[in-house]
Amino acid sequence: MAEAQNIPVGSTTAGSIAVAAESTVATRMSAPPSFDVADFPVPHGREEEWRFTPLERLRGLHDGTAVATGDGVRVEVEAPEGVTVETVGRDDARLGRAGTPVDRVAAQAYSAFEKASVVTVPKETVLTEPIRISVHGEGGTAFGHQVVELGAFAEAVVVIDHTGDAVLAANVDYLLGDGAKLTVVSIQDWDEKAVHVGQHNALVGRDASFKSVVVTFGGDVVRLHPRVTYAGTGGEAELFGLYFTEKGQHQEHRLLVDHNTPHCKSNVAYKGALQGENAHAVWIGDVLIQAAAEGTDTYEMNRNLVLTDGARVDSVPNLEIETGEIAGAGHASATGRFDDEQLFYLMARGIPETEARRLVVRGFFAELVQQIGLPDVEERLITKIEAELEASL
Amino acid sequence: MATLEIRDLHVSVEADNATKEILKGVDLTVKQGETHAIMGPNGSGKSTLAYSLAGHPKYTITGGTVTLDGEDVLEMSVDERARAGVFLAMQYPVEIPGVSVSNFLRTSATAVRGEAPKLRTWVKEVKEAMERLNMDPAFAERNVNEGFSGGEKKRHEILQLELLRPKIAILDETDSGLDVDALRIVSEGVNRVRESGEVGTLLITHYTRILRYIKPDFVHVFSAGRIVESGGPELADKLENEGYESYTKGGVSA
Repeated sequence: MAEAQNIPVGSTTAGSIAVAAESTVATRMSAPPSFDVADFPVPHGREEEWRFTPLERLRGLHDGTAVATGDGVRVEVEAPEGVTVETVGRDDARLGRAGTPVDRVAAQAYSAFEKASVVTVPKETVLTEPIRISVHGEGGTAFGHQVVELGAFAEAVVVIDHTGDAVLAANVDYLLGDGAKLTVVSIQDWDEKAVHVGQHNALVGRDASFKSVVVTFGGDVVRLHPRVTYAGTGGEAELFGLYFTEKGQHQEHRLLVDHNTPHCKSNVAYKGALQGENAHAVWIGDVLIQAAAEGTDTYEMNRNLVLTDGARVDSVPNLEIETGEIAGAGHASATGRFDDEQLFYLMARGIPETEARRLVVRGFFAELVQQIGLPDVEERLITKIEAELEASL
Repeated sequence: MATLEIRDLHVSVEADNATKEILKGVDLTVKQGETHAIMGPNGSGKSTLAYSLAGHPKYTITGGTVTLDGEDVLEMSVDERARAGVFLAMQYPVEIPGVSVSNFLRTSATAVRGEAPKLRTWVKEVKEAMERLNMDPAFAERNVNEGFSGGEKKRHEILQLELLRPKIAILDETDSGLDVDALRIVSEGVNRVRESGEVGTLLITHYTRILRYIKPDFVHVFSAGRIVESGGPELADKLENEGYESYTKGGVSA
């Protein structure tokens, strides 16, 4: 159930659980999914999927005026032995299989990229080292498409780092073969002017496990759309997210888990901290349990910690259930202010204010980081959070 | 010898857009080694005194002075007061999710002592202090006050008292909500710290029950924002028999 405590002025924490014959997740979008940008009207800002987003800061990604420049982003892929890394043309059959763009910018990205990158882990290949994809902004505008495909029973960890400055619209497809295990850590550590919009589609094979960790720290506008569907029964998806939204930043995470197949699991947990004037975080958590998806087990959670006045959170969990034959379904959303009583308690034990604040924020994120289950990723995130706290608190 | 001197302390709070004076001229001197019990009815301002001394931002000092060995306590921030040697054991300790007790204790001890305690001796120190308070070692890995029972919260407060070794310990209704066994364990903890002779104790309580375990040198009756009578332990006996009625009647409402 949605719960809300001590909601800062101007924030919303509205949620719903609907038992419906027909999903509104699709119908409330302004156009059906399509690979062609022309199928989407130029948004004016009042559409359901755009109403939280500052269109005027998208640098033309939404209205066709953004044009790719030569100095967009530099993409480097570092992969262990056994992994195939290819640059392919638009007609490659592996592109777009995990999902179809659901909004105009995702379709714009799909319509505008010239070359795509495909990373393949062959079946039954178990990697011991992560695949690292570095996306470094060089100051220009770029459109991209990345595919990560794991064959049956392959196991891999992929770390995608976004740094530098760019205006980027790029989609990522994750294709998981039967029994495959993929962990993806996508870090948005952009410089302060960057704009990044993208759709992440995961197609989870039979008995496969997909774990996504989305970490957003930087950028002027970051709007990501992580989506999961299942290609067979027994699939599992865990979607974790962390964001630290600072003064003037807009960070938007719009998730969809489409339970279209019986006996699949999903667990969504996103946590964010905000501070500074006009820091704006948006979290949309859509979970759809289709009529066929009996035995589904799903839970989604979003928590926000508002550290200062002037920050705003919009958190909207939405669960639609078309079958009663499920194992479990729930959601929770809460947004609270930084608790002055916690601060007083720590300071009354001699801990200076800055250190006390860091301790509280670190603790808030630690609860989530501990769930990731990959020690080196956890350590890296803790280090990243430390650095962020050092710089900002 | 450490001395806390409170002179003519006036404290107000903002409530419903109005300023309300809670403390109306408190005078009290607490010296190292002494134990003062402050007793009074609900709403008399006892807890306001405790939180004002610790520096809680909700309370505004409108007059008077508080010094610790001549240093102006009211000028210090909350953490500076703690590092100067003022400790407040809280009635309602707050939860801090994601922060383990062991991390919290070490961070706090490092701040108060001015250097990180040596890991080996520190672990032993904490373990022994926890044993004395009948606390399970697993307690150290739990998050601060999260899911603690009332008794566990109070034991955790006294654990901090033992580890931080303040000059002045203010115990705000540490006895409230404790059963007899927990009260005994907590009181024994307080007594161990008192026996060092290095702490001045300000024991704030509504009930005389805790005074069977912690023997005060002085008893003060608090009513309507000030100390209305002071005496020795015999004053507690009088309160036990007669209650607070004689202090609250006559128009002075709490």
